Amino acid sequence: MLRTTVIACAIIGLATTLVRADDRPVKIGWLMSYTGPGAAAGAIGDAAIAAFQKQNGTVVAGRKVQIIRRDTTGPAPDVARRIAQELIVGEKVDFLAGMDYTANTMAVAPLSTAAKVPLLIVNSATSGILAKHPYAARFGFTTTSVAKEIAIYAARQGMKNVYTFVHEFEPGLDAEAMFIREFKAVGGAIAGSVRAPMKTTDYSPYIQRIKDAKPDAVFVFMAAGELPSIFLRQCKEAGLDQTTKIIGTGDIVDEPNLPTAGDAALGVITAFHYTPTHDSAVNREFAAVYSRVAPDKSLNFIAATTYDVLHAIYSAVEQQKGELDPDKTMEIIKQLKFESPRGPIEIDPATRDIVQTIYFRKVEKRDGKLVNIEFASVPGVKDPGSAR
Amino acid sequence: MTAVDIVLVRKAIRERARWRSLEIAFWVAAACSYFLFPTHLVLLTQIIISGLFAMSLDLLLGYGGIPSFGHAAFFGLGAYTAGLLAAHGWGEPLSGLLAGGAVAGATGLLFSIVIARVHGAAMLMVTMCVGLLVYEAASRTPWLTGGDTGLQGIAMWPVLGRFEFDLFGKTAFWYAYAVAFALYLAARRYVSSPEGLALEGMRENPTRIASLAISSAKRKMIAFTVSATLAGFAGALLAQTTQIVALETLSFDRSVSTLIMLVVGGLGSLIGGFLGAALFVWLRDILSALNPVYWMFWLGLILIGMMLSARGGLVGGVALLSKRMRAMIGSAT
Amino acid sequence: MLGFINILLAGIAYGFVLFLMAGGLSITLGLMKFANMAHAAFAMVGGYSAALLIAKADVPFVPAVIGAAFIAALTGALFERVLFHRFYRAPELEQVLMTIGVVYVAIAGATYFVGPEQIAISVPAWLEGNVPLGVLEINNYRAFLILVGLALLGGVVGFIERTTFGAKIRAAVANRRMTASCGIDVDRLYTAAFALGSALAGLGGALSVKLIGLDPYFPIKFLTELLIVVSVGGLGSLGGTFVAAILFGVVDVAGKYLFPEAGGFILYAAALIVLTVRPQGLAGPQL
Repeated sequence: MLRTTVIACAIIGLATTLVRADDRPVKIGWLMSYTGPGAAAGAIGDAAIAAFQKQNGTVVAGRKVQIIRRDTTGPAPDVARRIAQELIVGEKVDFLAGMDYTANTMAVAPLSTAAKVPLLIVNSATSGILAKHPYAARFGFTTTSVAKEIAIYAARQGMKNVYTFVHEFEPGLDAEAMFIREFKAVGGAIAGSVRAPMKTTDYSPYIQRIKDAKPDAVFVFMAAGELPSIFLRQCKEAGLDQTTKIIGTGDIVDEPNLPTAGDAALGVITAFHYTPTHDSAVNREFAAVYSRVAPDKSLNFIAATTYDVLHAIYSAVEQQKGELDPDKTMEIIKQLKFESPRGPIEIDPATRDIVQTIYFRKVEKRDGKLVNIEFASVPGVKDPGSAR
Repeated sequence: MTAVDIVLVRKAIRERARWRSLEIAFWVAAACSYFLFPTHLVLLTQIIISGLFAMSLDLLLGYGGIPSFGHAAFFGLGAYTAGLLAAHGWGEPLSGLLAGGAVAGATGLLFSIVIARVHGAAMLMVTMCVGLLVYEAASRTPWLTGGDTGLQGIAMWPVLGRFEFDLFGKTAFWYAYAVAFALYLAARRYVSSPEGLALEGMRENPTRIASLAISSAKRKMIAFTVSATLAGFAGALLAQTTQIVALETLSFDRSVSTLIMLVVGGLGSLIGGFLGAALFVWLRDILSALNPVYWMFWLGLILIGMMLSARGGLVGGVALLSKRMRAMIGSAT
Repeated sequence: MLGFINILLAGIAYGFVLFLMAGGLSITLGLMKFANMAHAAFAMVGGYSAALLIAKADVPFVPAVIGAAFIAALTGALFERVLFHRFYRAPELEQVLMTIGVVYVAIAGATYFVGPEQIAISVPAWLEGNVPLGVLEINNYRAFLILVGLALLGGVVGFIERTTFGAKIRAAVANRRMTASCGIDVDRLYTAAFALGSALAGLGGALSVKLIGLDPYFPIKFLTELLIVVSVGGLGSLGGTFVAAILFGVVDVAGKYLFPEAGGFILYAAALIVLTVRPQGLAGPQL
């Protein structure tokens, strides 16, 4: 009788410790903007998380995944830093992820390094933020890689004289410098360059300057959101599209804001890493789940990248069988290579940056809806660094 | 004035210089919060810093009667000064703090000379324009301020050579607490001094004060300089404790938020700024996490409600409450 | 040179829109001495009303814009009756803070009901494109704005100067007590004036959507611009506000064209200089 009781207690005790070991959730600190400029990205990211978890569940290696969302309120490095500090010290998160604005990422990265918490970047697109931070990896894209590709494309299409127009912030300056360098390197000429403050809503002075220079094309880079659509509309009103082609990075024809631009966006050619109309089984499946969990939300690059970041986290947790070690996590992440909804992607082990295919797309009307359609691509594109 | 009058006046001044329980309660509670909320030190430090900034605005508005919609300009100037010093190699905290205060104070002095003739509603517009100007200037010089990305790369040396700034924010908390408390004591001294009383007099009755041969323009200069210096200290503290400076420190939004904190806490009481900051920052943290839309909505409603009824903010409300309680207890005994 | 003229016209068109939005604010500030920081919120109401009327109720552009002005007027009158009139004698600071509270509630409401993203407004074909004017080509919509703005300016000024109602308003500005003792219901007068100001704001808001887009943060984004226009123009003076608004639009747009590196600096510096040299604004009452 006593032996049975002892054995029973031992079994129950063992079972309890086993259960307790799996009780600790995998905590992911998720920093995105849910208010202010860029608030749309936060909502889209959430929809992508819901889509991923619908397909893959909320438990990995016996541990529940807990996503702690925090609002960075836009490009606010001080807010982001405080939130990250609280997440690391208070919630003791295992991962930090999200990160839309470069300003926020640059503020958070030193904390990731000091506390050895893996930082998985969904969007911040400036080169050079990974070098000093061994626990950071980027899954989105760099503005310079896309700017370089469109410059080469423009030259090949016979454009000789191009004007550059960018938003005045880090990625914008990066894009401008890289485009100018690459375009000149293949024999092109720059008709002029102008930068607009991020908050501008009336672009007429800048559009007038562009018109005055009479270029073959204008290279546009602006932060994804409402403003590029306003810009494109004002270009059409000024009649710019009659004389000048509009080329740029995919940010300016971001799907959620395409309807606002309306017909002003037709014919705009951009280079980007993800197109919702990308023809692959993985993407079609992703799009289907996404539209089921968030029928009112447009699909765009933030969604696709968020999906991939979750894939990365789940892989890392699975391969370590639930026992997380930051160095081992980074080793796994550096070896990552899989089929994303955007196409094949991998992480460069030397730089922890994304290596992916860049696509050239044109805005067309399909079934009365404006969409980007891929027509060419360049595989295995790595970040070319900064041209500044 | 008769001898009796002088005695009464001295008594009144002493009375006002006495420590009220609310003030003691705040500083004790703030110190205790270190032990009660060890994982929220960053937030607590921000409350203290915001409170210090609000107090600086109180000196200008609550005591001096001068409205300002651009006070964040001084706060941000202090922050960027201290930040730039540290980012360029000089990370000593106390000297950085002094530098921040000095630059802000000098700017405040300059500004007060320029706007000597402006009063009332125009003052609101002018201060708003100045705030916007300084913000634009900082925004257009990213090579100096870091622009939208913020001033990064701030590395602070240990406080007094011994206390390193740690990831938990422990050193930062006590550093900010000590500086804020010291400045609070100084401010209390100031408002009970002849200078401070004259400042209040100017607010209450400019004509009378003028007849007492106290130059109003001079008082304005002093009010702005003192207030701006304190704001600069607060900004420098922020730069040093968070090791980053964003454009937000100069923004209209910060000026308005601080004004709200001050009014909610209670104008003209010095401690009101700190109380308002505590409530505002804490509520914003909670409500924003729940649903960011809620924060704006409730803040708006609270503001409207406050203006409709509770004049005097928290300090006024507490004073009213304690008066009623004393009356109740008095009538019961 | 042609480019510059285009820029001037763009600036003037923008100035007209600003005038419409700021005009009402100047009236309430000058007339009721009421610092209404929430004025731009009524412009926002106009903007959203017009856009939604066109998009969801298939109302044509011009009726939608007029309808938007009405809705804004009603909203303004409602707020005035229920809330604002209690603060006419309150200290300025309280007015400012209370109306900022209204702004925050408005932003939260707009975000909740319409969503945080920017919305677009669809304009009819006759407002798209450009119209040739000799060697120039003006954008149709901008030309429309200028014409409408001129008509409204004439209408509003005529209304204030020539009608009995306008006379009553002017009387009440000069001396409220006297006006009341003449048997004029000053309270109703104020409500009506407030409604008028809000109608103008709503009109301006509706017309501005095509130019500058619309999102829930509109009231804050434009608060500083409107305040500058109103204070540079001079409180209570519609003429002053008009000049200030046009100047603002032109300096802003031309400044960015000629010196894009300077951004908004030129504008704020100019405003600051005007206000320090002449604190009462261009046409305001002597302080």
